[in-house]
Amino acid sequence: MSTVVDAPAPAAGAPEPQVRDRADVRRQVKLVVVLAIVLAAEVWFKLDINDPTVSHLLKGPRTKENLPVEFDGTLVSWTAVAITAIALVLAILNRYPRGWVGMIVSVLVGIGFYGAFLMWAYADPDGFAASITNPIEGTISLATPLVFGALAGVLCERAGVVNIAIEGQFIAGAFFGSVFSSFAVASIAAIPLFWCSIFGLLGGILAGVGMAALLGTFALRYHVDQVVVGVVLVAFGYGITSFLLGQIPDDNEEMFNQPELLESVEIPGLADIPYIGQALFNQTLLVYFMYVAAPLVWWLLFQTRWGLRVRSVGEHPKAADTVGINVNRVRWQAVLLGGVFAGLGGAVFTLDLGSFDKEMSAGTGFIALAAVIMGRWHPIYAALAALLFGFLRTLENQLSILDEKVPGELLSALPYLATIIAVAGFAGRVRPPAADGQPYVKSD
Amino acid sequence: MTEPAREMSPQPETLMPEATGKDRDWAKWLPTVRDTVIAVALALLVGAFLIILSDEQVIESLDGLFGNPGSFFVYAGDVLRYSAEAVWDAYTALLRGAFGSGPAWERTLERSAPLICAGLGVALAFRAGLFNIGAQGQMLVAALAAGYVGFHYDMPPVIHLLAAIAAALVAGALWGGVVGLLKARSGAHEVITTIMLNQVGRFTVLFFLAREAFQRPGSDNLLSPVVDSDAQYPTVAGLHLGILVALLAAVAVWWLLVRSKLGFELRAVGANPDAARTAGMSVSKVYIAAMAIAGLLAGLAATMTVLGLRQGVTDQVVGSVGFDAITVALLGRATPFGTVLAGLLFGALSAGGLGMQTAAGVPPELIQVVQALIVLFVAAPALIRGLTRIRRRRAGTEAQEVTA
Repeated sequence: MSTVVDAPAPAAGAPEPQVRDRADVRRQVKLVVVLAIVLAAEVWFKLDINDPTVSHLLKGPRTKENLPVEFDGTLVSWTAVAITAIALVLAILNRYPRGWVGMIVSVLVGIGFYGAFLMWAYADPDGFAASITNPIEGTISLATPLVFGALAGVLCERAGVVNIAIEGQFIAGAFFGSVFSSFAVASIAAIPLFWCSIFGLLGGILAGVGMAALLGTFALRYHVDQVVVGVVLVAFGYGITSFLLGQIPDDNEEMFNQPELLESVEIPGLADIPYIGQALFNQTLLVYFMYVAAPLVWWLLFQTRWGLRVRSVGEHPKAADTVGINVNRVRWQAVLLGGVFAGLGGAVFTLDLGSFDKEMSAGTGFIALAAVIMGRWHPIYAALAALLFGFLRTLENQLSILDEKVPGELLSALPYLATIIAVAGFAGRVRPPAADGQPYVKSD
Repeated sequence: MTEPAREMSPQPETLMPEATGKDRDWAKWLPTVRDTVIAVALALLVGAFLIILSDEQVIESLDGLFGNPGSFFVYAGDVLRYSAEAVWDAYTALLRGAFGSGPAWERTLERSAPLICAGLGVALAFRAGLFNIGAQGQMLVAALAAGYVGFHYDMPPVIHLLAAIAAALVAGALWGGVVGLLKARSGAHEVITTIMLNQVGRFTVLFFLAREAFQRPGSDNLLSPVVDSDAQYPTVAGLHLGILVALLAAVAVWWLLVRSKLGFELRAVGANPDAARTAGMSVSKVYIAAMAIAGLLAGLAATMTVLGLRQGVTDQVVGSVGFDAITVALLGRATPFGTVLAGLLFGALSAGGLGMQTAAGVPPELIQVVQALIVLFVAAPALIRGLTRIRRRRAGTEAQEVTA
């Protein structure tokens, strides 16, 4: 294979000449190796199964009417092998599709691997026969705060303000979400219960915006190094919420830390779609907002005048200033709007799960940060990365009940290892907004 | 003011102070010291406010104040008196808990030692322009390695301790070095990889602790056997020698950064990787070396807890030292000397926090808030004194140093 740097542009209509650069070849080799490993694993999964009978509970939780359905996993296993084999052949022939078609093929291979792995993991049970549950529900609930946090990160960083403080915004949002919701239940007699949790959301937003305001004050007003502010705000968030939690007397728990949880709202019609309907469309308002949040942020950033300004102050503040954009004002707007999202993400913890606990967010904010970087500072990709993390965590839960075949701890570590491999092997070098982390000092 | 071209990495002015040989210029340190003292005082002031708000007697007399506007002065006097009492009690308890007695000093120094070591690791990575969030994971695997060598093998006294320390250093260096390797080879962002490796480290420790070889006989908990006394740090008058090791590590890091070729390359890469590459330095090599050394220092920090304080491995053996190390490094402005002072301060606050809780009933979380505020105030000198002027001058000298 010759290595030509400047391939001549192919003449219109003529077949593309077979000229490839080294990066291209390397990408193909990587792809072939990965697909070959996946294929080998899938074949091994299939061959290792003695009794391919498994059961699933994809239509919601186990009830008298909804019993586990037994089925033969052979078909799933072989389908996965077939998909991967086709992809491998395409890759070897250098016909692996590019762009979004390639993405679909990769996703299909991924789903196939997931299926083959599940068949292997759930087949041949030792004693207790667990059934495969619907991963969508868990994915959505685990990914909701991540998506909001990632969008907060994208908004801030696109404007040139590094936001390491997502975790701090989460924990503050969770605490004040709980306090506001509980307080509304306990003290405002006239308010219907449904609105109490909405009140809680408001508390979460206020807390998120409050933390964002601290970030803005120190980063934009006082030009403190933004990474420093971020790290410190996380510590501050943890400290202040657990301090305040300690200040709630036990007998007053009800008034301050018994939040009214968000109710699920069923969307008629859509909720009746088999398998996915209940999981996707019988959800809380917050989840519905999550569905539209990523497209909304994308629209704001890429389709509006304001978004253009945000991106310009994140890439080249001096140029933006020259054309008359008030750099710090735009940055403030983006940071505060990010605070709204991060606060909502924090409120998910208490308004979905219940009383506030000081270890509640447990590093989720940092995972959201990873999603921002993995999604290359793009709202849609960042949200997808967040969903992926949510899915991997769900997989972890799904498999933790099957401790015999694979040690649970290794499975738990798998999502994180997979992320490292994905980032190192395929995402590669990512480029943040050029002015990310640099305070803008207007010169005279 | 022109913006120097930088990649997203944490090295603006606050993190790149007093570099090169100017460390000896004491006059330059004075404003820094003064700022830090003011910052600590301010943070304690905010802390005092929180103490007052959490004091029951103060709350009661505040209730009285609003309930009986007639006898305003009586209750206002009460509020003031109780507030002063609460703050005085809490802060004297803090001081006593940190320095009031022999055991208090021991606690302070024992808590400082791992903070200093791990903080040095984070600081060193900072200087190379890398944001190492991974001290926690590096410490966890290192603790596992040190603990295993400590309780599983039988060796002569001094050799056993050295072997356990070596195991921790190797484990930490590998865990950190991988991050540098990935960054150098494929450009994988170190923030992602360190966060992920923290989690992987956590599960690795959980995995091994669940194996038989790592279980303490007669215990169902995730708890390893006790580390041999041969492999523990020797103690002098109740204080284990980890703190001395930590101070030596600080000197070594200072030498590495200021006097060695690698240190020069490291600082150059941290200031501007493109310029360093143009000047013929291997940026990849520096990334790998910086992260490996950072991991090694985190590993050393882990030995302080496993071979010093706790004498056995659990999944909680590291506590939150790995994360606190980030704040320590930031407070120490990424210099070895500053990190030692910051580590000592945080160690004292954490030891004193215990005393405050037992003697004055103030929740220990208050210390966390105070620590965060100290760093914030230190990082915002403009907040304390309205002079961005000095910052600019400092930025100017920094640029000169890099090009020099």
